[in-house]
Amino acid sequence: MEQTLANNANDGKATPGRIARLFRMREAGLIAIILVLCVVMTFASPYFLTWVNIRAMVMAFAVEGIVVVGMTILLISGGIDLSVGSVTALAMVIGGWLFLNGVDPWLASLIAIAACTGVGAIMGFFVTRVGLHHFIVSLAVMVIARGICLLATGGRPLGLFALPESFKFIGQGSVGPIPVVIIIFLVVVVIADFLLRRSTLFRRVFYTGSNERAAAYSGIRTGKVIFLTTTLCSALAGVAGVIYMARFGSAQPTFGLGMELNVIAAAVIGGASLKGGSGTIFGAILGCVLLSLVSSSLALMDVSVYWQDIIRGSILLTAVTVDHYLNKKRK
Amino acid sequence: MTQNEPILEVRNVTRAFGPVRALQGVNLSLRRGEIHALAGENGAGKSTLMNIINGILQPDSGEILWEGCPVRIPSPLAAQRLGIGLVHQEIALCPDISVAENIFMMATNASQSMFMNYRALETRARQVLGQMSDIDPATLAGDLPISAQQLVEIAKALTLDCKVLILDEPTAALTSREAEVLFGIMRGLAARGIAIIYISHRMAEIFGNCDRVTVFRDGQYITTFETREITPDDVINAMVGRVMDQLYPPKATAGTLAGAPVLEVSGLGDGRRFHDISLTLRRGEILGIGGLIGAGRSEIARGICRLQPVVTGEIRLNGEQLTPRDYQDSIAAGIVYLSEDRKGDGVFLDMSIAANVSALDIRRVAGPAGLISDAREMRQAADLGQRLNLKCGQLVDPVSSLSGGNQQKVAIAKMLSVNPRVIILDEPTRGVDVGAKAEIHRILRDLANDGVGIIVISSEMPELIGLCDRAVVIREGRLSGEVEGTAMTEENIMRLASVGDERGQVA
Repeated sequence: MEQTLANNANDGKATPGRIARLFRMREAGLIAIILVLCVVMTFASPYFLTWVNIRAMVMAFAVEGIVVVGMTILLISGGIDLSVGSVTALAMVIGGWLFLNGVDPWLASLIAIAACTGVGAIMGFFVTRVGLHHFIVSLAVMVIARGICLLATGGRPLGLFALPESFKFIGQGSVGPIPVVIIIFLVVVVIADFLLRRSTLFRRVFYTGSNERAAAYSGIRTGKVIFLTTTLCSALAGVAGVIYMARFGSAQPTFGLGMELNVIAAAVIGGASLKGGSGTIFGAILGCVLLSLVSSSLALMDVSVYWQDIIRGSILLTAVTVDHYLNKKRK
Repeated sequence: MTQNEPILEVRNVTRAFGPVRALQGVNLSLRRGEIHALAGENGAGKSTLMNIINGILQPDSGEILWEGCPVRIPSPLAAQRLGIGLVHQEIALCPDISVAENIFMMATNASQSMFMNYRALETRARQVLGQMSDIDPATLAGDLPISAQQLVEIAKALTLDCKVLILDEPTAALTSREAEVLFGIMRGLAARGIAIIYISHRMAEIFGNCDRVTVFRDGQYITTFETREITPDDVINAMVGRVMDQLYPPKATAGTLAGAPVLEVSGLGDGRRFHDISLTLRRGEILGIGGLIGAGRSEIARGICRLQPVVTGEIRLNGEQLTPRDYQDSIAAGIVYLSEDRKGDGVFLDMSIAANVSALDIRRVAGPAGLISDAREMRQAADLGQRLNLKCGQLVDPVSSLSGGNQQKVAIAKMLSVNPRVIILDEPTRGVDVGAKAEIHRILRDLANDGVGIIVISSEMPELIGLCDRAVVIREGRLSGEVEGTAMTEENIMRLASVGDERGQVA
């Protein structure tokens, strides 16, 4: 790469190496903060650096992390989805209800995920065909999906004690010391990160989010791209819902309240822009790690849960403020 | 008060932005009642100086004299109080409020009264606008075409009762007729003793309307001419610091144009903005499309490549009929379009140069599995960048780091990445400095010589006449005529654009 650049270099500026470029990335800053926090916590609490604690921390964001992946891709395309929490609950309720009515749990899960994908497709239709804004469409769907959950269950959790062990395994089992949930999470993350960097389809997501008109003027069918990212985000929320169902052995109609804020915060801390066009999966996952680390640290230090919200919000505000100034300086 | 006493004088002003010395000891002397042109390539320091005069920036050294006394201008409000009005090149109206409210925004802002008197506002707005056009002051600013918005910007400055009026490329978005009206207004203001600083790239405007012209180059003051004593070549030479022996590349010869047509459009219409458009593009030819702004030229171009729907007509490419469903199909067939609004829809400003170049067909830099190869993407950008003499740091830098001319080259590189057979360019050199403009013209001619069919939409007569082998003129959505060879004169094109010709041809 250096050579082709040298052909083109007109002002003799040296090409920085990969390492140098790595350190200028958003992710480097996040990793540094996370490491510092880890060191501090190791000294502050004897429980911090235990397998049990680390496992619990990762478990805390692993399933939500799958939703973060979908949200990050959607944010890059210029959209946003407030309904992810409700749609996650919807997947649980649909899967649970079907199971209680005698459907095989695997089939019930597939139907639940398909239904959530359908919800995403409906939102995509309203955004790309009708021309409404993501924010308002997903706000409406957030309320409707929650309403369906409560209506179908009468507001009470569905106990799914009869779930077969083979199904519960995806939520509760482990392969060696590693929980299956974490394996699923890592697989989704690695695939999504790879595709987002390398696939032509996801490159179109960046073009569309960066400048929708310029993308259309480059022959990109931007409506299709946005429809796809909207649908994908809901589908991944559905996947998360099914995993939660297996993990908890129940379907809770009120599950995932406020999840959208956590998910959007993680993506944005990780570098996704609400204006679209930028963001990485790796960064978004680091955002998840940071938020989870802070919650767990505060819990270990016996800080009130109410403080946790305040601190999480402050981190979000700090991250976007720093980002804003860095962007300004670059321009 | 004598006419020759300078009202505003800038002496030896310098200003640096970090290591970049934007102004290195520039001078400017402005007399009452004169129209004074300020010329220079993009980046010569014109805008920096205007921002200093308008109080947006402070000089590092040097002094500003107002009516003979040294002054400091710490803010735009201070400039306004002195009597300096500035009309920015970029339109900054609030689109969702009325024209009248836009015009009197500053007055409303300063007013003490709690409620708005809309009727009085509209009456006063009508008075100000009345001199220039018949825009209804009650319309929302965003509903007006760009040229009308520009007039509203000027009207806004006129309400401030200024002694010095700065106009930064005010005609960039105006048709010649609207520009003539503006020049009339300028002369009227000058006759009342107002001094006007007029920034423009267009020599004809400078020589037709200005008394003197000051030239900057690379942040330095070069000279001030009396326009009646010199020719446009003198100004251009002073601007570029070298003798530009040839402004436009040589045209195609009869021999090169002998082949079969590349593109034939017949009876194209969208039922609304344009009707029954038929044109033929020969191999090796640069075809111009002239006409007034709003005549439907861009719509026709976008209709040809299906960026907007058409209801009638057919397109033949190299003799074969094309039926593209959308722009993606059109790109696949080899017809591409470069938009007139570079920043709005030509490039992805915050994405890398390489990612911009590959955007038109990302699969070209991907392997069989649909995975992008960074190396191929970089090589594509490097190759095309070299071919177009793109001046940039690194190919991973965002396009926003480039100058206007180089951004346009990235947009052109993007089109060339798909090896197109026909390129339609909409105002390809708008907002591009003289040097880059000549370069873009040369690139287009080279492409035409390589057999690529080129259509150029331009509102700049000299560009249409100098660059194109032939031009068709559009008036109110219909073909009003065609000019070629010696018949390509400003008068002929203007006549076709504004009044039309019954026979559809000009001899």
